[in-house]
Formats: sequence, structure tokens, C-alpha cells
Amino acid sequence: MSTATKRNIEVREGAALKANIPSGSLDRKWDTYKAGIKVVNPANKRKYTVLVVGTGLAGASAAASLAELGYNVKAFCTHDSPRRAHSIAAQGGINAAKNYQNDGDSIWRLFYDTIKGGDFRAREANVHRLAQVSVNIIDQCVAQGVPFAREYGGLLSNRSFGGAQVSRTFYARGQTGQQLLIGAYGAMMRQVEAGKVELLSHREMLDLVVIDGKARGIIARDLYTGEIEQYAGDAVLLCTGGYGNAYYLSTNAKNSNVTAAWRCHKRGAYFANPCFTQIHPTCIPVSGDHQSKLTLMSESLRNDGRVWVPKNPTDKRPPAQIPEEDRDYYLERKYPSFGNLVPRDVASRNAKYVCDEGRGVGETQLAVYMDFADSIKRLGEKAVRDRYDNLFEMYERITGENPYHEPMRIYPAVHYTMGGLWVDYDLQTTIPGLFALGEANFSDHGANRLGASALMQGLADGYFVIPYTLGDYLANSEIKPVSTQHEAFGATTQEVQAQVSQLLAIQGNKTVTEFHRELGLKLWDYVGMSRTADGLKQVISEIPALRKEFWENVRVPGDAKDWNKNLEFAGRVADFLELGELMAIDALNREESCGGHFREEYQTPDGEALRNDEEYTYAAAWEYTGKPGDPILHKENLEFENVKPSQRSYK
Amino acid sequence: MSKMTLHLKIWRQKSRNAEGALEDHTIENILPEMSFLEMLDVLNEKLIKAGKEPIEFDSDCREGICGTCGLVINGVAHGPQHLTATCQLHMRTFRDGDTITIEPWRAKAFPILKDLVVDRAAFDRIIQKGGYVSANTGSARDANELPIGKEYADKSFDAAACIGCGACVAACPNASAALFVSAKVSQYTYLPQGHPERYRRVLKMVNQMDEEGFGNCSNHGECEAACPKGISIENIAIMRREYVKAALRAGAAVV
Repeated sequence: MSTATKRNIEVREGAALKANIPSGSLDRKWDTYKAGIKVVNPANKRKYTVLVVGTGLAGASAAASLAELGYNVKAFCTHDSPRRAHSIAAQGGINAAKNYQNDGDSIWRLFYDTIKGGDFRAREANVHRLAQVSVNIIDQCVAQGVPFAREYGGLLSNRSFGGAQVSRTFYARGQTGQQLLIGAYGAMMRQVEAGKVELLSHREMLDLVVIDGKARGIIARDLYTGEIEQYAGDAVLLCTGGYGNAYYLSTNAKNSNVTAAWRCHKRGAYFANPCFTQIHPTCIPVSGDHQSKLTLMSESLRNDGRVWVPKNPTDKRPPAQIPEEDRDYYLERKYPSFGNLVPRDVASRNAKYVCDEGRGVGETQLAVYMDFADSIKRLGEKAVRDRYDNLFEMYERITGENPYHEPMRIYPAVHYTMGGLWVDYDLQTTIPGLFALGEANFSDHGANRLGASALMQGLADGYFVIPYTLGDYLANSEIKPVSTQHEAFGATTQEVQAQVSQLLAIQGNKTVTEFHRELGLKLWDYVGMSRTADGLKQVISEIPALRKEFWENVRVPGDAKDWNKNLEFAGRVADFLELGELMAIDALNREESCGGHFREEYQTPDGEALRNDEEYTYAAAWEYTGKPGDPILHKENLEFENVKPSQRSYK
Repeated sequence: MSKMTLHLKIWRQKSRNAEGALEDHTIENILPEMSFLEMLDVLNEKLIKAGKEPIEFDSDCREGICGTCGLVINGVAHGPQHLTATCQLHMRTFRDGDTITIEPWRAKAFPILKDLVVDRAAFDRIIQKGGYVSANTGSARDANELPIGKEYADKSFDAAACIGCGACVAACPNASAALFVSAKVSQYTYLPQGHPERYRRVLKMVNQMDEEGFGNCSNHGECEAACPKGISIENIAIMRREYVKAALRAGAAVV
């Protein structure tokens, strides 16, 4: 630990936030809302232009659905093709309360599991709506020709995921995200053909244009040519994913970033619960300093894989030579009713504990075994192959080891971020006309997301929520026509251009990657799987220094008007260097443990997260005040009218 | 862990219309557990530190599913390991002292943007013509109302596993996109949801494929061998049957 002085922060508090939750009983709220909204008449819809930023599940489904309704949509993505958005990498599945298995599932149960899984830090009304529309998502995707797994009788197949005791997860082998995204992408491309969606690939949103207090456009950089471009519209939908890459090493794609969301934050959108990050328990361990990203092994593997470490820290025998009595199946031992299927935060933390005890396995000792030997014995290798073959192959390609013959080695890695831009029930941020969908918002997963719920939320927001809430906004707001000739476009463009020029002008001695790695390590150590007030204060004092060094000593090669990957990354790392500090401030402010946010000072005698409902039953939404590290806290008090918060127990 | 020294011959090209050439680099201390792209990351960090321009290549998920990456390695699209995208190729496949040639996808329909990066927007334009089922949001019936035999669902999935990387085009001596297009045609041919538009779809997509300047398929089978997802050329046979049926039924009027 360096000797830099620890910074104490004093949190300034602003006005509380209201989420505009409809009145009435929980199960009627969404219907009541839909009955009460204003709709834009079909002839008027074509007068509106909606800018959709990001083409993952949330963005592509929103772009397609809005275009079908008649709106003009411009869809932006940083990739060379919208089909490459990181939703594509989701493996395991998508939840829906279909109860096709007759095992007692219902909308209520999916709602309850999600609220409980989120450790009672999510908004009831949003989560219930999510559970309600989950059933429509599956219908929609099947109608689009998504080839879900099926039984021999031709009906859809389900599997179980962590944090649930029913089988409600629909899947397409280990490539569910890919299949759902290709479905949504296809629907969007159909609208491109119809002339209702203008596709703007290889564009990175670098700023938001706010006119008369409303989101009215974006500034984007064409990543092929380096041109800075201006786009005007009547609303902006941010569907830009999460900020897991703040940690440098994560399961996110290399290009996943917080830039669009962060720049909206700096224009007035509050950023909520940034410290709620999810560390996924089953990833392939780090192999060395060259590591550029981490690879997830789907949580579905925990259906058939048993997690264990040797009982004795000195036991260094190869796994096959360790007899049953010398193994500790610690999840089954500690959580007999959920066993290997405890939620992600619990599984990750326990992996950390056994490694901290010196019982980790493999060369780095930062890994635990996930063993399929029993399942292969019970089901036969063919059945296991049918379920997981692509995952096993992926593991073998990366590690050179065959999991049919020896147990996988796994370790937790940053995977998903529950925090994001604060949105109300309409998915609208604190900037009117700016909406955030999918992982980019904060709303549905509380302090911990359950497996197979990210795909559900992305598609719920895009297919079934935003078509209603956006219409209501447009019909109720006075939106004057604006063009890119407006002075706000010029001013914002200049700021963007100045930043690009500045990044290229520094020509220091450290690469963008070096800064990113350094920041990532700090966040992993202090704002990772377990956090302390001391550590957080430490990192809050270290990040501004690193940021300062970045702006004095980064070396970005190449030109502005060209394809320049390092320049793209430099802008993103600059934003992570600001966000990282806010993550730590948020974590320090929240003096409790809940879900993925584990403060060592607040735990039960047996090491479980200890919430403080009295003081922290709120979403912490932070307002940017003009300089990083000096935010104002706005609380949205969470009211639990239908579920009584209790200590989560998976025993 | 044995560290390797490798000799690289890498394609450098300033822009779309500039002339390109292979450039030599020697890189040391490469570990077998590094991925191929991590090896290039290491090289680029060195180049930046030395005040030189890094080699531009594209990648994203680095787990073989987004289809962004794609390099021709020693003349083979995605390199020597079967069923493996470039990002999942690891250096344990190579030996100390090896010379490795690294080039971009080469096809008229995929112009080179810079160094190893190509423009594959042609694939999007083909999909745009009919690579979907037209089902507006909200109009679907219950997902289990229409049973679909597991064999058909599985076959459909096998075709749908295509990641759109373009290795099939890069591997084909004619730079044909037949494997890519046929995978999409097959996915929906196997499913009843795809049937209402099946003939329209195949005619329009094939037509667009030709417009984009991809070559014709002459059954070399290189595409299947290079495909990181193991998409079968059986799909090309299905696409041809569908195309012939469509052409006979509807004539050119549908196009």
C-alpha cells in the first residue's frame, strides 16, 4: 500500500428522487400505466426521430420495435456491424415465468426471486413489470425464429439457474445471447430495408447535446475516418451496456465502455449505485500479465458441476488423486438447499474465502475446481456433451486442459454492472428525453443480478417497455424542431474535438493500456469482491493522482482523422478514471453489505452480507458537479410494499 | 514455461487505396498460454513505446463469438487450429523460432481499411434483404403453441451458430459468401416460422450477395474447413435447392 494520505469524503446530499411509479396494486401497475399514457398517433410518429445508441439486445430490440411503430430511428454502434454488440457473448439463457415445467413458477415467483436475488435494493414496480413481460419475450423470440433448445416432443426446454428453485431458463445451447441478438438484429435490419432505421455502424457517441434542458442530439466519431459528426433527434436512447471494463480485466468485450453513459452523466444524468458490480463466480483464471480479458464459463455449468477445493491447504496432489474424504464441496456444505446453485455474489465470495485460506488450486492458487466427474458418471458423457460441449471446448482451447477428464479450474471475474444511469419507471434519466435501457441503466437488479436475467431485462426494455414510455414522453412534451445548426451542437462538438486533440498532443511515456491496467488493479483490490473503509479511502486518494498522470503522460499514437484504436481506448480510459473514483465513493458511502457490495465491516458472524435496511434502503444517484470526485448524492428511497426485506438465506 | 521468439511478417497498409506490404518484426518472450491477439497486443505496446505506429487489427469479445476478429495466419483464415477463431487461437500452437505471416481477409467485397482491418458491411446488406422472419413486436402467439421437432430445432441452431466473421469468404478461392448466406437461409428453412418468406428470402439474399461482388461457389469446401463454428457446406446445398424451387415457383418477379 502506498503512503498517500487517505482522503475522507464528506457526502453532500441533494433533493430526493421520485421514480414516477404508477399507483395501484403491484400486479396492476403496468396495465394501469399503459391505460393512462398518451399515445402518438400513427401519422405523427413519422415526424419524430429517435437516436438509439448501442445495438445490443436493448438497442436492437428498441430500434426495431420503434421503427415498426413508425418512428424514424437512427441506430448507432461502435462495431463494424450491429450484430457484434457484447450481448452476443451471453451464454446461459433467459428467464421467463412461463411455468412450462409445472414446477410452481409464476410472475410473482420470478419477481420475488429477482428482488431477493438483488438483496432488496431494486425497485419493486420495475422488477414486477420485468417479470410480467418476460413471457412475451419468449413468444416474440420464437416467432422470430430463434432456435431455442427443445425436447423431443417439440416443446421448449428449460434449465435451472442460480438463485431460483424452479426451472425457468430458456436457452440455445451455450449461445443464447448470440441467438437472441441475431433475432433482434434481424428485426432491426428488416427496418433498415424498410427505410425506417438508418444504420450508423462504426460510430462512437462522444457527447450528448442538451437544448432547453432536453436531450436533442449526439456527437459521434466515425471510427473509420475519424470525422466528428452531429445528429439531431427528438429523444436519445442509451443502450450502451455496462462499465465492467473499468476493472481492465473483465469478461466484457475489449470495446465495452462507459463513455456514452459517462458523458451523459457529465451533462446532467445522475449515475446510480456505481458500486454495485457483479463478480461472476465461474470464469477461467488469470494466466499472466499479458492477459487482455477474462472468459466466462456459463453459470449453467453449476447445474452439473460440483465446486470443491482440498480440505487441507498443504494438499497439492493432482485433483484425481485427492479422495472424496479430503475434498471440501464448500458450497454444498454451507448451503445445503441451494448447493452449487447459490447466487453469484455468494458463490464468488466463497471462492475468495477458500483461496484466502490457502486452499486455492492451480499454479497461481487463485482458482477452485468445478468437477463434472459425478455428472458424467450419472448421465453419461454424451448427455454432458449435449448440454455443455461448446463451453468445454472453449475451456480446453484456452487452458489446454480437457474438462471431460480433469476438473475445470475457475475463479471469479468482473462480469456485469448493476449500477448505471438512474432512470424512473419510464426508463427516463434525469435529463428529459434521455432514456437508458438494459445494462446501461440501474433499475432492475438491485445489488446483485441473477443469472439469465440480463437478457430478459435488455429485451424487456427494448421490445415491451420503451415503445410505451417513449410515446408518452413525446406526446406530453413540447418538442420544438432543432437541427444540427443550433449553437449547442457547435459548442458540444468543439469540446469533443478539443479532447481528441488533447489526447493526441500529450505524447507522454505510458501507453493507454498501462494506465488502464493500473486503474483496474486498484479497483479490483479495493472496490472488488470485498471492500473496507480504509481501502476505499486509500483508492479515493490514489485515483485522482493517476488521472492527473494520465493527462500529463499518456502516449496516444496515430492521427485523429484515421482508424485509431488507441485513440478510441484513450477516451474510454479517461472516463473510467473518473467513474472509478465515483465507484469508490459510492462504496464508501454505503455502510452496509448487500449483494455484490461486500463491506468487511458489515457481515454476519458466519460471513454473510449484513444489510442495514434502516439507513440504506435507497438507490444512491450521484449528480456531477463540474469536477470528478465531488458529486452530490440524491436518494431514491425504495419502498417495499409487497415483499418484506429479510436476510437472504440460501441455506 | 518455455518462452518463444517469433518472426512475424505482418501486412501494413495505410488506407483503403494505399499500397500495402509485409513488414518484418521479431518478438521475444512469448508465452504458450498467450492468445494470438495478446501476442499482437504485446508487440503493439512495444511499437508505441518506440514511437512507432501500432499494427491496427480489430477484435472485441475475444471469446470467439462476436466475429470481429479475423486474420489470415500463414495463409489460413483464423490460423492452424480447427474450429477456432483468431482470438481463441493460443500461442501453444506455435514453436520457438517460427515465422508467422499475418494478413487481412482478402476479397473484393471486403475492402481493407487499414493494416489488418477490413470492411464487412456487405454482410449486413445481405441480411437486410431477408435474413430474418418478419414478426412485429407484440404479435406473437404462445411460444409452445407450435411444437418443432428437436432434430429440426437443432439443425436450425447449427446453421444459426454462424458468427459472421467472413472467414468463409477469405478462405474461398472465389471469395464466395455462399456459406454465410446459406447458413441464414438454412436456419429459417428448418423452422416453420421461416416458411412464409422462404422463397422471397433466398432470392433476395442471393441477389444481394451477387451485387456485392462476392464470387460464385464452386464446391471447394475451403469455407467449411476455415469456419470457426463448423457451419456445414450442407447448407449451401439447401440454399441451392431453395433457390431453384423459388426461381421455378415465383420467377424473377419476387426479386
